[in-house]
Amino acid sequence: MPPLLSVTDLSVGFGNGESVVRNVSFDVQPGETLALVGESGSGKTVTCRAVLRILPKIAQIRTGKVVLNTGDGPVELSSLGERPLRKTRGNLVSMIFQEPMRSLSPLHRIGNQVAEVLSLHRGASEKEAKREVLTTFEHVGFPDPERAYRSYPFELSGGMQQRAMIAMAMVAKPDLLIADEPTTALDVTTQAQVLGLIKDLQRETGMAMILVTHDLGVVANMAEQVVVMHKGRVMESGPAAPLLRSPAHPYTQQLFDAAPAIPAQPQMAPELPQDDLILQLKSVAKTYTLRASSMWKPDVLIHACRGIDLNLPRGKTLAVVGESGSGKTTAARVALGAELPDPGGEVLFRSQKGGEQITVHQMTRTARFAFQKKAQMVFQDPYSSLSPRMRIQEALTEPLEIHNIGSRAEKRDMAEVMLRKVGLNTDMMQRFPHAFSGGQRQRLSIARALMLEPTLLVCDEPTSALDVSVQEQILTLLEDIRDTMNLSYLFISHDLAVVARIADEVAVMRQGLVVEQAPPDTLFYNPKHPYTKALIAAQPTPDIDRPIDLNLVAQGAGDPETWPEAYRMTDSEMPSLTQLEPGHKVRCYV
Amino acid sequence: MTQLPDGRFVDDEPYDPDASLQTLERSDMDAPNMVLVWRKFKQHRLGLFSGIALLIAYLMIPFAGFIAPYTANERQPDYLFSPPQSVEWTHEGEFIGPFVYPITSEADLETFQWKFTADETRPMKLKFFCEASSYKVAGLFKTNKHLFCAPEGATVFLWGSDRLGRDVFSRVSYGAQLSLTVGLIGITVSFILGIGFGSIAGYFGGKIDWVINRVIEILRSLPELPLWMALSAAVPSNWGPVAVFFIISIILGILDWPGLARAVRAKFLSLREEEYVKAAEMMGANSSRVIRKHLLPNFMSHLIASASLSIPAMILGETALSFLGLGLRAPAVSWGVMLNDAQNLASIEIYPWTAIPMLPIIFIVLAFNFLGDGLRDSLDPYSS
Repeated sequence: MPPLLSVTDLSVGFGNGESVVRNVSFDVQPGETLALVGESGSGKTVTCRAVLRILPKIAQIRTGKVVLNTGDGPVELSSLGERPLRKTRGNLVSMIFQEPMRSLSPLHRIGNQVAEVLSLHRGASEKEAKREVLTTFEHVGFPDPERAYRSYPFELSGGMQQRAMIAMAMVAKPDLLIADEPTTALDVTTQAQVLGLIKDLQRETGMAMILVTHDLGVVANMAEQVVVMHKGRVMESGPAAPLLRSPAHPYTQQLFDAAPAIPAQPQMAPELPQDDLILQLKSVAKTYTLRASSMWKPDVLIHACRGIDLNLPRGKTLAVVGESGSGKTTAARVALGAELPDPGGEVLFRSQKGGEQITVHQMTRTARFAFQKKAQMVFQDPYSSLSPRMRIQEALTEPLEIHNIGSRAEKRDMAEVMLRKVGLNTDMMQRFPHAFSGGQRQRLSIARALMLEPTLLVCDEPTSALDVSVQEQILTLLEDIRDTMNLSYLFISHDLAVVARIADEVAVMRQGLVVEQAPPDTLFYNPKHPYTKALIAAQPTPDIDRPIDLNLVAQGAGDPETWPEAYRMTDSEMPSLTQLEPGHKVRCYV
Repeated sequence: MTQLPDGRFVDDEPYDPDASLQTLERSDMDAPNMVLVWRKFKQHRLGLFSGIALLIAYLMIPFAGFIAPYTANERQPDYLFSPPQSVEWTHEGEFIGPFVYPITSEADLETFQWKFTADETRPMKLKFFCEASSYKVAGLFKTNKHLFCAPEGATVFLWGSDRLGRDVFSRVSYGAQLSLTVGLIGITVSFILGIGFGSIAGYFGGKIDWVINRVIEILRSLPELPLWMALSAAVPSNWGPVAVFFIISIILGILDWPGLARAVRAKFLSLREEEYVKAAEMMGANSSRVIRKHLLPNFMSHLIASASLSIPAMILGETALSFLGLGLRAPAVSWGVMLNDAQNLASIEIYPWTAIPMLPIIFIVLAFNFLGDGLRDSLDPYSS
């Protein structure tokens, strides 16, 4: 049987530049999933877009053939005219993009957008189209398809929007679905559910899929065939099981080594010592007031954080983990004094062992200036954390200038020392940030944060914008620095696997509340709270024998009123954080 | 590619796992912002040509007197409303270099128009680097050298003459001095006010932001033309042309700043969200340092583009005011003042060349718009 889609020797380039995709070949069998794996700049997105020829104007397909074998015989997509190609798009082959919010038109109702596919390709009447769309909506798991049909994209959550995108791609019952990082913008529990959904739909309809992703965990859960790409070339391709069990190419091997994973056999860990705390958050809450939608309604209160108690022992890493909207970043901003907590909460900081303890939100101007020297922050987006106008030297010496430390030459020397410490050459001092890759820039912003020799570093998702192999290097760097400079980290992350590696203690947050707190090994060995269990279960691991357990995910990520009785939360009532074992606190009734 | 027994393909080209850390990923981006902007701007043909043309135009301003064959208010009483003369090269098939035919004027007593007849038998060669009436270069050095002048006993009115017998070409080049610089002075005033208020509103937010925004809205809701007219009518009529010129440009600036202030405020708000700004704040930098070191440099190019888009509005504003007789007044020479002479339909119909100052206005305004567009497109050299 001929493959459904066969790509041979495909090369794509932009303008006059070198090809960004070179000699890529792969086949997709009917009903199978092929994963295109690679890091940023590997050409995976360009490859999958070249299949449907939806490339930017300046891109040209230089060599190669793309042949689609449907019921009506082979069609060569790479040389098809624009008009017949349009018949193929959305009908025989459809596509899902990364950002659901940006791929749905904000001005049209979801139902109409999805129905458009049917009226375009099938010439369906409005009534037929609506009926079919509603069936599809039910399929993709909308609890109330009629309502979804009538709603606008902004009324739906990210996960629901992606479901609508999937519905749009599926409604014409295509033979091939191209999914370009369909779950990257979603929270991990939502990702697990969306992946599960795609898999179910595939099983039902027998559709084939090209899944573009950077995450080997997703690959292990979804794919039968894998193509690993790097800098526009195929490094390794073949059936998923052997490739994932024993990668043959050094690059694939490297990807595997770098992929963070929740340990398969965790152990109980001892409680952290609590005698020398550098940072203490005591019943910190933060409420924002949102102007009500109409003049006659009361303002809406948003509880970003509710009664958080966290202790960070000196020289340790305390990780705060949660999905988007869990209040983890707010907690970090309060800890650094950038936000004022609600009355009753306080943040205590002790710069040195046995030193004076200061209350972060009741400082004089000078005390505050001194505190800013001791507590620094590493940001998430390496592309926006360095000013594009400043040479590296200026960026690194800026903190010294602000605090008026050292002469010109001394500042320069300190910057050089720091640059070497983060693993970069000193000849980079005169360069501009935009010449650097994401990983290098994250090193630079770590170096800048360290220039004032702080004792506390708040890392706000420092690796979530980076490729896995770079993430691995940055985590190693952060660990090294912590141990050599005796730093303490408050580490904010959405990724349990990253935290598993670097943290000494993990606090899992959900909607402003800490639901479980323990050293990572204890947490993975004996997770108690259904939400923690869901987070752990939803984490895709690059191990083909540990698939995502969707039941656990569905239970924990669902409505808190459906949780087992001991953990149940309602609007008015919730259990308090209780210590179950030494160092292991869970929000439950005992 | 090698195929393994289990059906896998593996690439055989050599692969270096730790090649990347010390190499620059985008060495083409390793340059100051200005260089990157320039590189991108160069590709914008229309903008580049407009920029060069404007540069030449501004460089010529101090030498307007040298380029013009006559001075601005020099009258040739025998040649009122003379039509444009053409510069010829060959006489009866014989090449003799640039010359003009002398013209004589005669009053037609039936139509009461001047009739001009060229004497096509006497070619008279133009003089180059010649001496004629004296003027000041850049308002400083007195000289009487001209690039070209009319031969003795003839005239050279390239674009005709006006109702007092003044050379339109000479007046257009003198008029550029005021018409082109009014925009620059106006934009300086507007810049100072716009950046000041815009950055205060954007950076501090809250009440101040609210007040400034309301002021902007009120200023923008006032009808522009009547306001200009009222303000310039308030200028005492006994002031000299230079004082009036300054006041007019300052008025234009004062009325133009709200647009700029809004742009600055919006840019400030978006830049404040950048992590390098937050980082500087968290390191303890005070607001003035954050504004000076981080915010201003990062939107300076943005401001230059919006300035080059608002200069034409100022030039048009000056022209409009002068056209209505409320801006500059004779003896000052600007394009608007010249158009004031072309106000009635009769003179446009009979002496269309008196409306020639419109051409440089159109040209300059278009050039500034193209330049501004080009700059705006190349402002963000970092997006790929």
